[in-house]
Amino acid sequence: MLAAMTCAPVLCFTDRGLFCPEGDFHIDPWRPVDRALVTHGHSDHARPGHGAYLCTAAAAPVIRHRLGDIRLDTIAYGEKRGIGGVTVSFHPAGHVPGSAQIRVERAGEVWVVSGDYKIESDGLSEPFDPVVCHTFISECTFGLPVFRWRPQAEVMAGLARWWAANAARGVTSVLSAYSLGKAQRIMAGIAPATGPLILHPAVDAVTEILRTQGYALPPATRLAPGVTAKTHPGALILVPPGAEGTSWAGRFGPTETAFASGWMALRGIRRRRGEGTGFVLSDHADWPGLNAAIRATGATRVFVTHGYTAPFRRWLAEQGLDAGIVETGWQGETAEPEALVE
Amino acid sequence: MKRFAALFATLDATTGTTAKVVALADYFRTAPEADRVWTIALLSGRRPKRAVSAPELRDWAAAAAGLPLWLFEESYAVAGDLAETIALVLPPATGDDSRSLSDHMAALAALTDRPAEVRRAAILAAWDGLGPDERFLFNKLLTGGFRMGVSQGLMTRALAQATGMEEADLAHRLMGDWSPATLTFADLVAPDPAGNSARPYPFALAAPLEDAPDMLGPPADWLAEWKWDGIRSQLICRPGSHALWSRGEELITDRFPEFAGLADFLPPGTVIDGEVLAWGAGRPLPFAALQRRIGRKSVPRKLLAEAPARLIAYDLLEADGTDLRAEPLERRRARLAAILCALPPGLLLDLSPDLAFTDWSDLATLRRTAREARAEGVMLKRRSSPYHLGRKRGDWWKWKLDPFTVDAVMLYAQAGHGRRANLYTDFTFAVRDGEALVPFAKAYSGLTDAEFAQITDWVRKHTLERFGPVRRVPPELVFELAFEGIQASPRHKSGLALRFPRMLRWRHDKPVTEIDTLDSLRALLNRET
Repeated sequence: MLAAMTCAPVLCFTDRGLFCPEGDFHIDPWRPVDRALVTHGHSDHARPGHGAYLCTAAAAPVIRHRLGDIRLDTIAYGEKRGIGGVTVSFHPAGHVPGSAQIRVERAGEVWVVSGDYKIESDGLSEPFDPVVCHTFISECTFGLPVFRWRPQAEVMAGLARWWAANAARGVTSVLSAYSLGKAQRIMAGIAPATGPLILHPAVDAVTEILRTQGYALPPATRLAPGVTAKTHPGALILVPPGAEGTSWAGRFGPTETAFASGWMALRGIRRRRGEGTGFVLSDHADWPGLNAAIRATGATRVFVTHGYTAPFRRWLAEQGLDAGIVETGWQGETAEPEALVE
Repeated sequence: MKRFAALFATLDATTGTTAKVVALADYFRTAPEADRVWTIALLSGRRPKRAVSAPELRDWAAAAAGLPLWLFEESYAVAGDLAETIALVLPPATGDDSRSLSDHMAALAALTDRPAEVRRAAILAAWDGLGPDERFLFNKLLTGGFRMGVSQGLMTRALAQATGMEEADLAHRLMGDWSPATLTFADLVAPDPAGNSARPYPFALAAPLEDAPDMLGPPADWLAEWKWDGIRSQLICRPGSHALWSRGEELITDRFPEFAGLADFLPPGTVIDGEVLAWGAGRPLPFAALQRRIGRKSVPRKLLAEAPARLIAYDLLEADGTDLRAEPLERRRARLAAILCALPPGLLLDLSPDLAFTDWSDLATLRRTAREARAEGVMLKRRSSPYHLGRKRGDWWKWKLDPFTVDAVMLYAQAGHGRRANLYTDFTFAVRDGEALVPFAKAYSGLTDAEFAQITDWVRKHTLERFGPVRRVPPELVFELAFEGIQASPRHKSGLALRFPRMLRWRHDKPVTEIDTLDSLRALLNRET
């Protein structure tokens, strides 16, 4: 697919990622480049090894935390900046705190790179802001009509009921959620709290950074050797996926586990995970969301990436859009979609 | 439907059997009686008559969701379940349908054979009134393939708890052919004395013997007989009538009219457990001959002559109207032999012969000749054992022949369904024929989840062509397939068909150049027939 795309006027598709020849920068590149514009701090977008980084001021602290000593410049949402022959600006993507879509304009022609995004406001991330453009490069992680999210309030109420029912039985609740974004979104959304919130160190580190930035997050305790079911009865422990059953679990006696992800919409995937409850909660747009976002841009040309690209492209083409696919260089399809970083 | 959906959600959310039994027993105590009967019917594999076809459902759902058919199919390939795909793609419900499970079942029954427009309107209206879980279940009722992660045994245990009846009595009561549309809950769980029922007893089942039988103790404690390869059946003789039931609880009396004569000579109140075989020249015909008899409601005379059936008797469950299942096998066999001896010659009923052996190595030698006897292996039954309810380990063992094996290469891969949605698990295999690769078998079991995940990853990266849900891949992955038998088949490109093919292991060590050939399979075919 990569080879089929020729160099486009404003952005072109290379084996390192999206490249803007006239600005001499890449967007979310997956191999080291001189200058990278980064939409948000998830590891498949903010990669190590670039010469210089540019991201929103809101995304910068987490990216610094994850990538260490990098040359990082920041930009405010909506601020216009000339780079070479183009003007760039960053606009809220609603995906996680600090996440952005990147707008690139050259002589009146506007391209927008969505990064990852979701439409519904989660009460914590800067809400998605549609940006009018000629060409839109959209993710489509959940680009099939089987993915339709319920309103967040409804999902959070379900989570809260699950937690309360566990606590009433003297059982500790363990919920897997990505440490940047999903975990904090749940912390903020699950109030009023049934009991204490406990954070796995990986979740706690990111939470502390966001809290310092001013995001409103309820108090929580870091998972440390002295923290047990005795000191924190009826707790909800937030852990990154894969850290559910490690050494600390023994201190909490009986536990119930759950996983919050858009992939939980599919029963087959829920059942393959075996034990535990699945809550359908995603930081990506669902099928109606992707379609609404694309319509709102007014773009006549759309490139899709990350996800069910082939059917989604065909669908858009049938809607009368000039639609193409951008393959990501390092990810491709994976055997287990739940292994995807949402 | 809400109540049924809540039961389903509880059962679906737990893998613990105790929790499942508790939830079911509670449902059997409190749900409306008509719903209980339907739930028992569904959980024991009884399917309602289909009111709509799968293609109709797909077309109506795609249109209602505003989707082109190809996109619906793509979604189905990812979800791996038609009922779930429909439930997910439809827009949220606007109404609230408060009908119960049995109301819905009655409404669906009334829809059969109505014009498509009427059925479509009724289905769309139902979809628009159901929540996501209810909609999924409703679709499951429509498509038939209903599973709730609850075995019939577990359901019977829950029902026993809810009613205070004996599990064994209930298991017998739930056998056979009854209709949830006409039977009341009270009738369904009413006591039913032995000796007047046309219902089959629950079949006793054997567990596979994985190792040599030496650990089973003294050979003298055991009865050995061939494991015949036919239709396990129960023949029930009552005054003036008889019934033949298959192990799948299907009434097959009319498919085997030759057994009508048996009923005239067997004493009323006799129930025999045996194997129906196609028979010729003093021994069983290959299973393929019997296969022609299965699935035919009426039997043309020509077929009756080409594939005549015979019942080989294993066991006697009832004699003179008395339930013998608690008696030791030895005594049941002796009575069975006595009954068969008293019959006039020429009837289509024989005792399954005892295999004489004095030590286990004798039996191992005999077992190796099973194929010549047209048997699948050897059965071992403890002489003192009762006729157990279902599969109880310890008293009955099946010691099957080692399967045939063939090394073959994967040509096509297709994603599985249900728990295997999104994983490539269904493969088409080929053997070499000169320079060409000839597809000859499909298999979808025998590998671990981890291997399927690894292969799925490989398939996605190496897809050469897509035909809907099927992907063609380069002929590189070699597998050892196991199968139970082989027969000529003009319908297949390779000219042959395998019985029960499955993957034995993934041969990472074997290059494609060293896989088996079509000639080697043909040689096997000639030896078999």
